Amino acid sequence: MQPFTNHTGIAAPLLLDDINTDQIAPILQSRGLKDDYRVVLFNRARWHEDGSENPDFVLNKPQFRAAGILVTGQNFGAGSSRESAVWSMLANNIRVVVAKSFADIYRENCLQNGVLPVVLGPEDADAFIARVVATDGAAPFTVDLVTQRISGPGGPDIVFDIAGPDRTRLLEGLDDIGLTLKHMDEIVSWEGRAAVSQPWLQGANDNRR
Amino acid sequence: MPRTLFDKIWEFHCVGRRADDRDLIYIDRHVLHELHAHHAFAQLRKQNRDVRRADLTFAVQDHTVATTPGRDDDTNPSGTAFLKAMREGCRQYGIRLFDIDDPDQGISHVVAPELGMVLPGATHAVPDSHASTVGGLGALAFGCGTSELAHILATQVMALKRPKRMRVRLDGRLGAHINAKDVALRLIADLGVSGARGYVVEYGGAAVAAMPIEQRMTLCNLNIEMGGRSGFVAPDDATFAWIEGRPFAPRGALWDRALDHWRTLVTDADAVFDREVILDCAALEPQISWGTDPSQVIGISGCVPEAAAVEPSRRAAAEAAFAYMDLAPGTPLMGLPVGRVFIGSCTNSRLPDLQAAAAVVRGRRVANGVVAMVVPGSSTVKREAEAAGLDRIFRDAGFFWGESGCSMCAGGNGDRGLPGERVVSTTNRNFENRQGLRVRTHLASPATAAASAIAGRIADVRHLLAGAA
Repeated sequence: MQPFTNHTGIAAPLLLDDINTDQIAPILQSRGLKDDYRVVLFNRARWHEDGSENPDFVLNKPQFRAAGILVTGQNFGAGSSRESAVWSMLANNIRVVVAKSFADIYRENCLQNGVLPVVLGPEDADAFIARVVATDGAAPFTVDLVTQRISGPGGPDIVFDIAGPDRTRLLEGLDDIGLTLKHMDEIVSWEGRAAVSQPWLQGANDNRR
Repeated sequence: MPRTLFDKIWEFHCVGRRADDRDLIYIDRHVLHELHAHHAFAQLRKQNRDVRRADLTFAVQDHTVATTPGRDDDTNPSGTAFLKAMREGCRQYGIRLFDIDDPDQGISHVVAPELGMVLPGATHAVPDSHASTVGGLGALAFGCGTSELAHILATQVMALKRPKRMRVRLDGRLGAHINAKDVALRLIADLGVSGARGYVVEYGGAAVAAMPIEQRMTLCNLNIEMGGRSGFVAPDDATFAWIEGRPFAPRGALWDRALDHWRTLVTDADAVFDREVILDCAALEPQISWGTDPSQVIGISGCVPEAAAVEPSRRAAAEAAFAYMDLAPGTPLMGLPVGRVFIGSCTNSRLPDLQAAAAVVRGRRVANGVVAMVVPGSSTVKREAEAAGLDRIFRDAGFFWGESGCSMCAGGNGDRGLPGERVVSTTNRNFENRQGLRVRTHLASPATAAASAIAGRIADVRHLLAGAA
């Protein structure tokens, strides 16, 4: 995983709650095993059915076309578990999502891919949103995971919280499977115990065969 | 110290704690589907890792399979590559695949329980947000992303933060033609789409105790629509009877031992939950969604809310939903013409769901101009329904009777509504464009969907059946 230390980019406001993964990464009519995730991101909002761009969608506005930070409301990433809803952020170089809250699976998927999910409390969120809206893409913000600060136009730095272990994982770009493999002895001994105490769990046999 | 059932299952399965404070939870059964598995196979190949417990891992083709009778890999051209990649991955790693032509093929959340792979007190993972469907059997199930899927394949554990505990007590006896779908929609409406975020929900109470297993699965299936990490019903005698004799269920002396253990799977009397919710279901009428998220729900006799009646933080979403759904605030849904009706999906495609719909359809005809579809949740459900003559009832009435799969739920197999069409659907998500471009989805129970197909309009099943009596 690509480590995350800091990221500087234009902050685009998408100020809605409950944006779901069908909106972020819709299942397109024609698709392959590996889609062009640049095009998947908010596809239905970015393009009209005739293929023309929707000039009103925030990421299509000239000042936000190269946005690197997405700013949004409550429960971002609700719905389907599809990880393409994070890959499509990465493909567009959006490496930070600042929200009032995240859906559980979406947040996990962010951590797996080096995308920083920042949760701000209501007051900080509203203050940051006001600055993002006032800045209107004229200057970038910087999100620094080392200092846990958001800095940029319109006010003082905003400090954000993130669970220490999640921070470390992003900073070091730790390999998730590698972290777990350090516990292989424990996994093997658990299997041994379970095979004795609940043996039906350690085998799944088709009794018709 | 008294413990909830969730705590008992979690603590039994906790292998250890990782450096990042996550618990490593052993996954007893892991079921893959073709839409996401190929990414994980590719990741394993790249990292030169193997599948650690192929014997506890199963795979189904469900999201992209065509429902057309006589289907093959190419019937849905956008699915062909997925089906082949799944086959190749399963062959390489020695995973048993229930392929497109397998007699046990179907939606993972339907197939795994009906084959007896899912057991009370066991853990279960699927790279799909509706994994907790199998909570209806007292299993603790987690939906996961693709990276987590690869992680489970490589290690057989999931690295999870311990969720909080919620108990939802459903009181009262459900009225005629009211079932778990109506209860779940009401609950999501009351708690909101993120009301259970961060929680594992234990469902209990008189209404749940009286629910057949398939309805408990419907209830647990919709847990994610209020953001829940997982959801389950403690197993009881009905659960054990349902599981006994299924192909992968333990037999003989092992069954007896398992049963002894399963009877201990209860929440202790004094155990504490982080949140408790009570819903009285006695007066519940059929529920239906009016908007574009599964919390925008009313009773069938009710009206779409006025904007002013919507909580301020939800008002903008309601206004957007009025426009997308082409609905005027304050007007009833009942009587609105529908273009299409879909009965199926992991939410409502098991045999009793089809029986409930068939009881409404029997001797009637789908209204002119309505496209009506039934897609059984598994090939086994399909065979059983055909043996009971349900397919004839549906076909005689003018329904399409399809091969098993996820179908129109997310439209991943090409089954979609027409642009702008109003659809009554037994699925789980009414998001914009999910069932097709500009499609207006109303979520409802199989009985309500069937009644609406017959009426050609959004209908109250109780009126339709009373009219016939």
